[in-house]
Amino acid sequence: MKHLRSIGELGKEGLERLLESTAQMAEINRRPIPKVPALRGKTVVSLFFEDSTRTRLSFETAAKRLSAETMTFSVSTSSVNKGESLRDTVETISDMGVHAFVVRHKSAGVPWQISQWTSASIINAGDGAHQHPTQAIVDCYTVREALGLTALNGLRVSIVGDIKHSRVARSNVAAFTLLGAHVTLVAPPTLLPANIETWPVKVAHSLDDVMPSTDVLYMLRLQSERMDQGLIPHLGEYSNRFGLTETRAQKLQDSAVVMHPGPMNRGVEMHIDPADLPNSLIHKQVANGVSARMAVLFDVLARGGELNSLQEESV
Amino acid sequence: MNVVITGSTVLTQQGEQRLDVRISNGKIIELSESIKPEVEDQLLDAAGCHVLPGFVDLHTHLREPGKEDSETIETGSRAGALGGYTALVAMPNTTPAQDSIPIIDFVRAQGKRAGLVEVVPSGCITIGRAGSALAPLADLARHGVQIFTDDGSGVQDPALMRRAMEYSRDLGITLAQHCEVSALTAGAVMNECSCSSELGVPGWPALAEELMVHRDIELAKLTGAKIHFLHLSTAGSVRLVREAKREGLPITAEVTPHHLSLTEELLRTFDSTFKVNPPLRSAEDIEALRSGLLDGTIDAVATDHAPHVRRDKELPLDQAPPGMLGLETALGVVLSTVPMNAMDLAKVMSINPARIAGISDRHGILPQVGQPANLCVVDMRAEWTVDPSKLASKSRNTPFVGRTLRGKVRHTVFEGDVVVKNGEAQR
Repeated sequence: MKHLRSIGELGKEGLERLLESTAQMAEINRRPIPKVPALRGKTVVSLFFEDSTRTRLSFETAAKRLSAETMTFSVSTSSVNKGESLRDTVETISDMGVHAFVVRHKSAGVPWQISQWTSASIINAGDGAHQHPTQAIVDCYTVREALGLTALNGLRVSIVGDIKHSRVARSNVAAFTLLGAHVTLVAPPTLLPANIETWPVKVAHSLDDVMPSTDVLYMLRLQSERMDQGLIPHLGEYSNRFGLTETRAQKLQDSAVVMHPGPMNRGVEMHIDPADLPNSLIHKQVANGVSARMAVLFDVLARGGELNSLQEESV
Repeated sequence: MNVVITGSTVLTQQGEQRLDVRISNGKIIELSESIKPEVEDQLLDAAGCHVLPGFVDLHTHLREPGKEDSETIETGSRAGALGGYTALVAMPNTTPAQDSIPIIDFVRAQGKRAGLVEVVPSGCITIGRAGSALAPLADLARHGVQIFTDDGSGVQDPALMRRAMEYSRDLGITLAQHCEVSALTAGAVMNECSCSSELGVPGWPALAEELMVHRDIELAKLTGAKIHFLHLSTAGSVRLVREAKREGLPITAEVTPHHLSLTEELLRTFDSTFKVNPPLRSAEDIEALRSGLLDGTIDAVATDHAPHVRRDKELPLDQAPPGMLGLETALGVVLSTVPMNAMDLAKVMSINPARIAGISDRHGILPQVGQPANLCVVDMRAEWTVDPSKLASKSRNTPFVGRTLRGKVRHTVFEGDVVVKNGEAQR
C-alpha cells in the first residue's frame, strides 16, 4: 500500500495482512538484537503537530529497528512558529528526500491534504477526532494475541467514554467491525457523535449494564476540557457512571480483557489501578505498538522488498 | 455609437418574441423584428440566444477594501459581467466594514471606476458587524443604501434585532439576515450529519439556521418590518418561509447555486473548496430548496460569491475560511439543476433580486423601449466545462471544477455599453 490514512481505506484484506506482518515483527522484537536491514536507505520523518509520547516514540523505534533513517519534526522548534504554512513545511521536508511522513495533526484530514503535496507515503498517526489507524492495528493484534484468536467473529467489544472526540474510537469501530466483532459504544449522549444511528454499532448509556456481556472492555481517556465545554456536568459524575472502579471491574467475566490507549486519566475513567486488573492488556498495547508500526512501515516502504530483508543482520 | 442585437429571442412583458434590439445612450430605443444596422453600429450576434434583463446578485463578496489579494471590486465586477450580471450587491464584511458613509462612497466609486456592473453597497445592521449597537441605518438610507446585513454572521441578540426592525420599518429599507445561531455552530466545519460524525468534525446543525429563521419571522410579525433571508440551506427553513409567506408577511428569501446542487458528501475529500457557510447539506435539503425556488417560496438565486486566496484554502479543513466562487457559474448551475424557462430564470436571477435590492428602477426590467439597457444575452442550451484558470475572479475556489454546465452568457450590456462580447470581457 502507498499510504495508511484510515482503516476504511485499508480494508479488511489490508488489515489482516498487517496483523500477520505484526506477528512477524513481534518475532524480530523478541530477538537479542531486534534490528533488521529491511528499510536501509529509506528515510522516515515524524511530522508531529501535536504532543505525543507513545505514538511518536514507537514509530521512531519501529523505523530504527527496520534500519530506516529517521527525522523528527516538532512544531515548537520549527519554522511553523515563524508562520510557515503546512504546505511549505511539507514541500521543504519532501525536497530533502523523504520516503514516508508519519503525521499527527489536530485537524481532521491533514494526511489527505499532505498527500497532494508530496510523492512520499503518508502514515496517519492521528488526525483530529477522525482516525488513528495504527492504534487500531495494535489493538486488534493485542486482542487476537491475548485471546489466541485469529478471527474476532462475534467478539463483544465495549468502547467506553468520549466517542465524539476520539479518533481511537473511530478507527477501532472500523477495525473491530471489519474483523467480525460486535461493538457497543458506552457514553452519555453528549459524548456521542451526531447521527450515531448510522454507525455499525450498538449504543448503551449504562456501563454497569454492559459489563457482564463484554469480552473486551476498551476505556477511552476523558479530557477535563469536556467539562468546561458543558458536555458533562462534572468529572465526578462522569466517573461515577462511566469510570472503571474496583466494584465495577468485578462485574466483568473472568475471561474479559481491559484495554486503554493511554494516556490514562487516573481517578477519572480509571479508578482502579491497572496493576490490580488481572486481565489488563494496557502494557501489551504499548509493547505491541512497536511491532505494529514496524509492520506498517515495512508494508508502505518495502513494496516488492524481499521478506529475507527481515533476516537478522550479520554482526 | 449604437448597439444592435440581432437574431435574438427577447423576453418581453408579452412573453418570448423574436426581436432585434437597438440601444443608444444607455437606453433601449427600438425593438423590432428586423433592425438594419448602421455602419458604425456595434453588432451583437444573438442567434439562438435570449435577451434577458441583466442579472442582479443580492450577495457578492467583493473583498475590497481589506482583502484585495483575493478579489477587488474590479475583478469581481468583471466576473459578474461575465456571469451576465449588471448589478452586484456588495456584502459589507469588508475591512473596515461598510457601516459608514465614507466606506459606502469608496465602494460605489470603485464600482464606477471599473464600469462593468453597478456595484450596490449594502450597509451593516450593527456597527462593525459586531452585533452590539445599531449602525447609522437612517443616515446610510438617506445616502442611498437600500439593504442592510451583518452577513458573515447573524444578529444574535433578539432584542437588538427587534430594535433594528422597528427602527428600519419606516426607512423603506430591507434588513437581510444571515441565519445562524452561533452558539450552536462553534467550530463547525460542515453540515451536522452522518458524514461529519464519521470524519470527527463539529457540524452545523440545520437547527442553527432554522431557529433564527423562525425568530425573525416572529419579529417580522411583531414589527411589520421587511426581512430578507440570505442563503437558505435547509428543508426546514423552506417550510418556515413558505408558511410565513402564506400569512402574508413581508418576507423574501434567496438560495445559492451551490446549495441547489452540491451535497455534504463532497467534504469527504477534505477539500476546503467545499467548505462554505451555511454548509452544503443533504440531498433532501437540495430537493426542498429546488421546490422552494420553483414554487416562489424562495424569491431569488444569489451567489454568495466568496473568493479566497489559495494559501487560505490550503489550511486544514477546520481552519480554512468558508466560501466559494459563484458569479461566473451561477447561470450554468441553475439551468443544469432546476428546470426553468426564460421567464422563470429572469424572475429569480434579475427581477426579484432587483426588487429586493431596491434598484428595480434600473435593473430587473423586461426589455422595453425607453428603459435602461442593462441586459444579458444568454444561450440557455450551450454546454461548457468549468476551467478555474479561465475565471476572471482573482481567486480560484470554485467547487465546480471540471463540471459541464448548460447555459452560458454570450454578451452583457451595462448602461448601454457592451461589457462582455462573445463571452469575453471588453474592459
